[in-house]
Amino acid sequence: MTLLDIKNVNKHFGGLQAVSQVSFSVRQGMIKSVIGPNGAGKTTLFNLISGNLPLTSGRIFFDGRPIHGLQPYQIACRGISRTFQNIKLFPGMTALENVMIGRHTRTRSGFISGMCHFPAARREEEKIREKSFELLQLLEISQHAEVEAASLAFGQQRAVEFARALASEPTLLLLDEPAAGLNIYETAEIARLITKIKAQGITVLLVEHDMSLVMDISDEIVVLSFGEKIAEDIPSAIQQNREVIQIYLGDGDA
Amino acid sequence: MKARKYFPIFGLALALAGVQQLTQLTGTAYYLTQMTMTAYYALLIIGLCLVMGYAGQISLGHAGFFAIGGYTSAVLTTFDLTPLLAKGNGVISILAASGLLVSRENLYGAALLSVNPWIACIAAIIVTVLIAFLIGMPVLKLKGHYLAMATLGFGIIIFRVALAIEIFGEADGISDVPGFPLLPGIIVSGDFSNRVQNYYVACMLLLIGFILLQNLIDSRVGRALRAIHGSEEAANAMGVNTSRYKLYTFVLSAVFAAIAGIFLTHYNGGIGPSEAGIMKSVRYVAIVAIGGMANLWGALVMAALLNFLSLRGMFGSYDDAVFGTILIIIMLFAPHGLLRLQLWRFFKKSSRDS
Repeated sequence: MTLLDIKNVNKHFGGLQAVSQVSFSVRQGMIKSVIGPNGAGKTTLFNLISGNLPLTSGRIFFDGRPIHGLQPYQIACRGISRTFQNIKLFPGMTALENVMIGRHTRTRSGFISGMCHFPAARREEEKIREKSFELLQLLEISQHAEVEAASLAFGQQRAVEFARALASEPTLLLLDEPAAGLNIYETAEIARLITKIKAQGITVLLVEHDMSLVMDISDEIVVLSFGEKIAEDIPSAIQQNREVIQIYLGDGDA
Repeated sequence: MKARKYFPIFGLALALAGVQQLTQLTGTAYYLTQMTMTAYYALLIIGLCLVMGYAGQISLGHAGFFAIGGYTSAVLTTFDLTPLLAKGNGVISILAASGLLVSRENLYGAALLSVNPWIACIAAIIVTVLIAFLIGMPVLKLKGHYLAMATLGFGIIIFRVALAIEIFGEADGISDVPGFPLLPGIIVSGDFSNRVQNYYVACMLLLIGFILLQNLIDSRVGRALRAIHGSEEAANAMGVNTSRYKLYTFVLSAVFAAIAGIFLTHYNGGIGPSEAGIMKSVRYVAIVAIGGMANLWGALVMAALLNFLSLRGMFGSYDDAVFGTILIIIMLFAPHGLLRLQLWRFFKKSSRDS
């Protein structure tokens, strides 16, 4: 079943065509990766899906319903969760509190019940705390639950950000360069976590630079170059693709 | 476990009662007048603390909301409707018959028909909510300096409106505002015999406001507000409707300011345009800053201390200058507030500056 359907998406920044006529789809339960050299439009595409940037033209469907033109929080409420390339944890809050924010779309209490601490709000709060702690356990960082998130090691912050994204029980998880800034061991650790997330039945769309990570865990790969899709296939086929090798390693004649 | 978080508030309530007893014993009961006023200003300031410290949005227009509450209530409770009733205005007679209007005698013994203070209070809150929504919706799209400028502009408009319109008494403001019969036997007014009673009314109101805000901060909404403060983009991506949360918080704090304005106007028996002045707004911002921004207790303590000193005339004619200076010094040397500062460092640096 197709979960995310991207159709003829375009994005201009003034005269610059950052994303041009890109179409592909993500089926439920798979890990799909978008790769490409610097400036290929990966992150732009990512921000178009998450609603952080408006489309110039084209359409994006999630679960059969259009999501282009929606605000990021509305897209989050539909069941798409994301992480950021340059980790955006909330400063001054513990790891656990950061994950608890992720439960926002799944909970209800508002200003009035918050001010009065109604029993329903308190019970909800208790559940938020439990569920968030479970996620920290799943990602193996529950020992740091009460530590201020910003003071954790980079790899651990990445895991907290994963937990925060998972807390909303998303159907689709968007990961923006999860291996950025990580060493080889931490990258392997992240790869393991991503497959663990997939095992939970969550579909993953990954934008990534790190080839080893992408080739190891992806079910399918889309390759972008200068904003255009130049290939879409399974990892082993992408590795053999002449055009892809050319854009990554340069022209053989040069 | 849950009850424990109310212990400090319980302690505060005891301390406030203790202060009252102390003034009784030492024969300084006249302090209660300024303490009562201080409590109302503190109510505004903790509301502003929610907006500034927790949601991370600045407002230099909160004196405007204070004035909107105070002036609306003052106009409604002092505007004489007797001539309209005499002319046979149908609406007025219906209102009078339904008990929404009250009759009393003015200073010279003439009968005066005006709106029931309760109705005036509710009307004032509704007016404030409407204006806060109308101002907040466009203005909260701005950030940082631009938001400060826009709210400052709003404050200036309110100040000028109060100063220019006849019904608001122009430069004289509105006087002769009647007491507010809050509960049977309890009247919010500056009457000498009600002084102790009014001190407790103000303290109760402040404590209730404080508890509500503390609960809010410690809830799902409060967490979302702190997230907005940390990174608006990330909060939005987590499903927080950031613009709505900012707007609601702004309106909530405007209501706190308006309630402070309404009660203080009844307590003082009047309100003048200086309450809407820019320097008042600057003072509130300075107190939230010196309290440590995201620190409700800090805001409360500093609001109590500085407002009381100011109302007792400790700063003399340098009143506004003192608060301006406080704001500059805090921003430079103690952006996390005075309570978290190594004091020696503060004195060392500030003495060098002065």
